[in-house]
Formats: sequence, structure tokens, C-alpha cells
Amino acid sequence: MTAIDPTAHLTAEQIEELGRELDAIRDEVLADRGEKDAAYIRKVISAQRKLELASRGVLLFSIFPPAWLLGTAGLSVAKIMDNMEIGHNVLHGQWDWMRDPKIHSTTWEWDHVSPSEQWKHSHNELHHTYTNVIGKDNDLGYGIMRVDEDQRWHPFHLGQPLWNFINACFFEYGIAAYDLELGKNLRKRRRKDPEFRARARAVGRKIRKQVLKDYVIHPLLSGPSFLTTLAATFTANLVRNLWTHSVIMCGHFPEGVQVFERRSINGETRGQWYLRQMMGSANISGSRAMHFMSGNLSHQIEHHLFPDLPSNRYAEVAVKVRVLFEKYELEYVTGSLPKQVFSAWHKVFRLSLPNRKPKVRTPAPEKELIAA
Amino acid sequence: MVTTPLLPSDYLDLVSPLRAGADLRGRIEAVHPETGDAATVVIKPGRGWRGHTAGQYVRIGVDVDGRRLWRAYSLTSPTDRRDGRITITVKAIPDGKVSNHLVRRAAPGTLVHLDQPTGDFVLPQAKPAKVLYLTAGSGITPVMGMLRDTGFDDVVMVHCAPQPQDVIFRDELHRLAADRKLRLTEVHTATDGRLDIARLGELVPDWAERETWACGPAGLLDAAEEHWTEHGLRVRLHTERFRPRTVVTGGDGGEVTFSATGTTVDADGATPLLDVGEEAGVLMPSGCRIGICFGCVTPLKAGAVRDLRTGEITEAEPGVLIQTCVSAAAGPCDIER
Ligand SMILES: Cc1cc2nc3c(=O)[nH]c(=O)nc-3n(C[C@H](O)[C@H](O)[C@H](O)COP(=O)(O)OP(=O)(O)OC[C@H]3O[C@@H](n4cnc5c(N)ncnc54)[C@H](O)[C@@H]3O)c2cc1C
Ligand code: FES
Repeated sequence: MTAIDPTAHLTAEQIEELGRELDAIRDEVLADRGEKDAAYIRKVISAQRKLELASRGVLLFSIFPPAWLLGTAGLSVAKIMDNMEIGHNVLHGQWDWMRDPKIHSTTWEWDHVSPSEQWKHSHNELHHTYTNVIGKDNDLGYGIMRVDEDQRWHPFHLGQPLWNFINACFFEYGIAAYDLELGKNLRKRRRKDPEFRARARAVGRKIRKQVLKDYVIHPLLSGPSFLTTLAATFTANLVRNLWTHSVIMCGHFPEGVQVFERRSINGETRGQWYLRQMMGSANISGSRAMHFMSGNLSHQIEHHLFPDLPSNRYAEVAVKVRVLFEKYELEYVTGSLPKQVFSAWHKVFRLSLPNRKPKVRTPAPEKELIAA
Repeated sequence: MVTTPLLPSDYLDLVSPLRAGADLRGRIEAVHPETGDAATVVIKPGRGWRGHTAGQYVRIGVDVDGRRLWRAYSLTSPTDRRDGRITITVKAIPDGKVSNHLVRRAAPGTLVHLDQPTGDFVLPQAKPAKVLYLTAGSGITPVMGMLRDTGFDDVVMVHCAPQPQDVIFRDELHRLAADRKLRLTEVHTATDGRLDIARLGELVPDWAERETWACGPAGLLDAAEEHWTEHGLRVRLHTERFRPRTVVTGGDGGEVTFSATGTTVDADGATPLLDVGEEAGVLMPSGCRIGICFGCVTPLKAGAVRDLRTGEITEAEPGVLIQTCVSAAAGPCDIER
């Protein structure tokens, strides 16, 4: 809903052609998906488990500051690996093709307070289907923030930088809350709805288990290091929350990313759906380690185009996708992590204040595309 | 509680996948070529392995190109092998995914997934006085398991293979024959032509008195069953099939929804839903894959399916279960997986 539609220069035929070209990129990966990919995810899972075990082992002696530092750092990384490169991607069904019941979207559970079943519904079915459609995609502003000039301003939004910061610190709880659609469900009589109550109980059980493990059992096992281990697990969870929140904010918030009106997606074709994913996502550029720690969500554009391709393939897919962006004269929004985080936060601050008046979209005149 | 959301076993599996209490697995220790296209795979089973009866088969889950595929293979090792290893003997069939992988690519050290052995193609408690083994091709495998396990006073074996060099276990069979443990007739179909069951009496005059175990391709087994039935001796004949008896080769397929996984794919009217689901990455339970063990039964939530053995159509009703290994889509349907 930015004043100028950056896709206005494309004809309907071009959009469908773009869709076919993206399908071809997808098919290429599918054709040679195999043993190497399977070995990759198994290696990552095994490394994550060993790192977590080792870190928790070291934390048994967390009363000694070097052990605390090492253990906390290791556990933070292990938790981030669990949630990002492993959990998020397994739950997307990226590894279902292996038919390994232990690495399958229907059986996986992650180190997170939102039960994977509920997260899959709100993330895979809602967010990925309605990407950046205001009023339909809860990920946009998580229901507590104003994310576009066109949205009506309310004094509540003055606090949105603070709300966003609190959400970042307790991100996993924020996710659990909106997987439950807490805001909507606590209103009216919905809270009595047996289905909602069953889901709320499931979240309650998951939170209890997670808290018991991180804040009771492991500290108790540490004996004299009880308090320091407690602090360590708290810190690791905080680090994980801040990191995942930053990465995810960079996916759809930075300046240059488009949002869409509810009406605009009625009767959307495959090509148009692809185009919305392209315009509604932003990447993060950086080192291989950064891509890995972000669960390859740094390739957010590619992930949104092909949510079920194995994450280790996004890097190679990105090269081909970028060529298409250029060919169709579209803006590929990307930048370093600090730049994108700043850009996203900047928007949060900017939109906490009212803007003059909603700009009106002027349909750009259709013009022929001159392919580069 | 200590390891939530994982289980302690998820960590133990990293170091000790064959331990007692783990999911049943095995480790391939060696692959010995038998003929140009067959090999024996030696497997060390996990501690949970309960042991088999001669003639039974084991289901084995192998990762081929990163995808887990399950197939059944008869056990060819004797039940009391000293080192506790088991063997299967696999013949590579053209375009066969698992058989080619096991014969040509499987490497020692690889972990495979196992089920407990099963099957009722076994010898009876009371020893029959006279025995006939009637086999062809890779159908020799369950019988080899029996020969290595149990001796009888009077055993005749008729085995069919295209040429002498295609006979799996040939040296061992000839040794048994030389030791008078077995009377062996090889039928070389490339030169002698197919075995005509009606003329079995020429090779084994007293076939009708013999308790018979037969295993081989459908043509041989169908003919044998007919022959023994005609002579009123069907109870004497025990058969083992490696492939389902399908009659249906076509018919309209449809869109298949696997509602628990949330996947929808188009299927033709001839491909078993088990294969369709596996191809789409759905976790499908399975067993023999030929319609005998009921290890694959799954609720049919909506639509209709066709039984590939009979052509019969089953429509969804509450509580209707189908065998996915021998059912294909007959129009759009919803499978609860
Ligand atoms: C109870 C039982 C015991 C068995 N024991 C043995 C054994 O001891 N040794 C052994 O080698 N096999 C045995 N089999 C067969 C085995 O389970 C597989 O079916 C076989 O190895 C083919 O699998 P694949 O993945 O290689 O072929 P697939 O990739 O599944 O099939 C490839 C193609 O070959 C066709 N095909 C499948 N099976 C056969 C076949 N047997 N002959 C000809 N064409 C076929 C298919 O229709 C398909 O078109 C047994 C089967 C059963 C049910
Ligand atoms: S798998 Fe055995 S009956 Fe279907």
C-alpha cells in the first residue's frame, strides 16, 4: 500500500511467466534432493544435541565464572540451532521427504513454549498463506503494532517500541500467545470454547515442562551452582529470544517491504502469489555462520517462495532468484543484519506516531516491460 | 523431564543405536556377492532382536538417496548362528530401488532399521517324512534358511533359474547334494524352458506324498496352487509370495488428501496408496507391502478406493479401514495419515 505499486510495470502474462520460472527453480532442487541433504540435517541435529549436552554438563559447575560463560554461550547457540535451523525448518516439512519418523513435521517437538502443532497452524497455514496481508497475517506486528501508514493510528501505538522490546525479550511466550490467538480468544465468550481451552491447556503443559527443565531440574542438578545455572538458562533463553526476534523482524519489517490489502489477494493466481512473497519479504546478507544461525531465514525471500525446500539449499536458490528479480525489474530487499535490524526498528518508531493522512495508491499506468 | 522436549533415548541413540530398549536397528557388517545380481547382506541386529524361525522374513528400512524405504526380505541365516548375526539375500531387479542399493551400494557400517521377524512360511513342529522344496530365482531364499536350519531324512529340491551361474547358493546346494542331505534338480529355463508343473511328476515321481514349500514368481506359484488343488492336496502345499497378486492395472485415480499431514497429491488408479503417500513424504505405516500382514491399515475418511487384487471398490464410512499397500485411489479420497 505504498503510494506506488512497485509491480505495476508487470503484465498479467509476465507474472505468470515469472511463476513458471520459479517453479522450474523449485523442480531443479527437487530433482537432486537426496543423500547429501539427508546427511546434512542429521549432522546438524547430532551436533546440536552434543552441544546442548556438553553445555549443560559444563553448567553443572557454573559457579566458576569461566564455566558459566562457556556453558551459557553453548546453550544459547544450541537453543538457537534447535529453534531455527532445525525446529522451524523440520516443522515446515522441509525434511518430510526423508520419511524418517524421527525427523518429520508431524512428530517433531522443539525447545520452545509453543507446542509445535499450534505453531505449525499459525505459522505454516496462516503466515505463509497470508504473508503480509494486513488483518490476516498475525506475524505482521503480532497484533500489537502498527506496521503501515494506512493503518489507523491509536494512542496505544505510542508505546509500540516498548511493546516490541518486551516481545523480543519474551519472544517465545509472545509466539505461544499469538499461536493461541490470545487477544481474540480472551475477548467475548470465546474463552469458554472447549477447543480453545484444550489448546490453552496444551500450551500450559508445554510451558510447565520447559520451565521445570530450565529453571528447576537443571539448577537442582547443579547443586552448589543452583543460582548460577538458573541465571545461565535464563540468559540462554533471553539470548535465543532476542536473536530469533531480530532475525524474524528482518524478514518482513524493513523499509522497502510491501504489505497488502485484504481484498488484493482474492482470486490470486500462482504467479501473483509468488510475486507477493517476493515483495513481502526481505533478506539478510552475511557470512555462512550468520545464515546458519538464522536457520537460513536470512534467505527469507527464498524461504517464502519455497517454504518446503530444505534450508541448506536456499543459498544456491538465492542466486537464481536474484536473477529473476533483475529480469523483472523488482527490488530485492536485502542488507546486513545491523542495517536491517535498524531499518525494522526505525519503522516501529516511525509508525508509533501518527502520519499525516493515509496516502492513496495511484494505479500506475500499465507499461511494457523492457527486459534487461 | 530432564531432556524435554526430547527423550533420553534421542541422546543415547547418538552413541549406542543398537542398545537394548532402542528402536530396533541393525548394522550392515558385510555384503557378499552371490551371483552377478544377487548378494548376501550380513547384519548385526540390535539387542532387542527376538530371533526368527526358519523361513520367516524381516522388514528392513533402508535410506536410499536419503529416503527411508521399507522392504521385506527372507532370512537366509540359520536360527542358531553363533555370532548372532542375521543374513538376507537380495536379488537386484531392474529399476528396483532397494534391491539395487543393497546389492551394489550398501556399505559396511551403515545402520538399517528392522522389525521383528514374522511370517508363517515355516516348517511344522512334527517332522514330515518326505519334503519337496520348489523354488525359482530369488525364491530360494526362505528355503535356504530352512535348509541351513533343519535337516530331514528325505528332501528333494527343484530349483529354476535362467542359467547355472544365476543359481544363488549353487556351491552350497551342490555340497548338500554331495553329502546326500538333498536331491537337487536344477531347471535352467534359458535352455530348458519354463518348468511345466503338470510334468512335475517326471522330475519328482512321489511329489504327491511330499509336504511341499514353494517360493518364486507368481506364474510358478499360481500353477502350483492349481495343480495341488486339482489333486486334492492343497493342504500339503505352502507358498510364499514376494509380490501381491494384483489383477487391476488401471481405472480412474483421483486427488488423494493425507489429512493428518496436510498433503494433497494426484494419484492414478493403479499405484498403491502406500507408494503414493510415501512419495509425498507422508509417514505411512507398512509391513509386507503385498496385502497379507495388515501392517498398513489406515482409516479412509472420505472418497473411494479400489482393491488392486480384486477390483472391488470400498467407500468411506466411519470406521472403514483400508490396506494401503493393495488399494489405489478410485476418485478423490482422504486418507487419515
Ligand atoms: C515376504 C517377502 C519376502 C521377500 N524376500 C525376498 C528375498 O529374500 N530376496 C529378494 O531379493 N526379495 C525378496 N522380497 C522382495 C522384496 O521385498 C522387494 O520387493 C524387492 O527387492 C524389490 O524391491 P525394490 O525396491 O528393489 O523394487 P521397487 O523399486 O519397489 O520396484 C521396481 C519395479 O520392479 C517391480 N518389482 C517389484 N518387485 C519385483 C520382483 N520381485 N520381481 C520383479 N519385479 C518386481 C515393481 O513393480 C516396479 O515396477 C520379498 C518380498 C516379500 C513380500
Ligand atoms: S503392508 Fe502388509 S498388508 Fe499392507
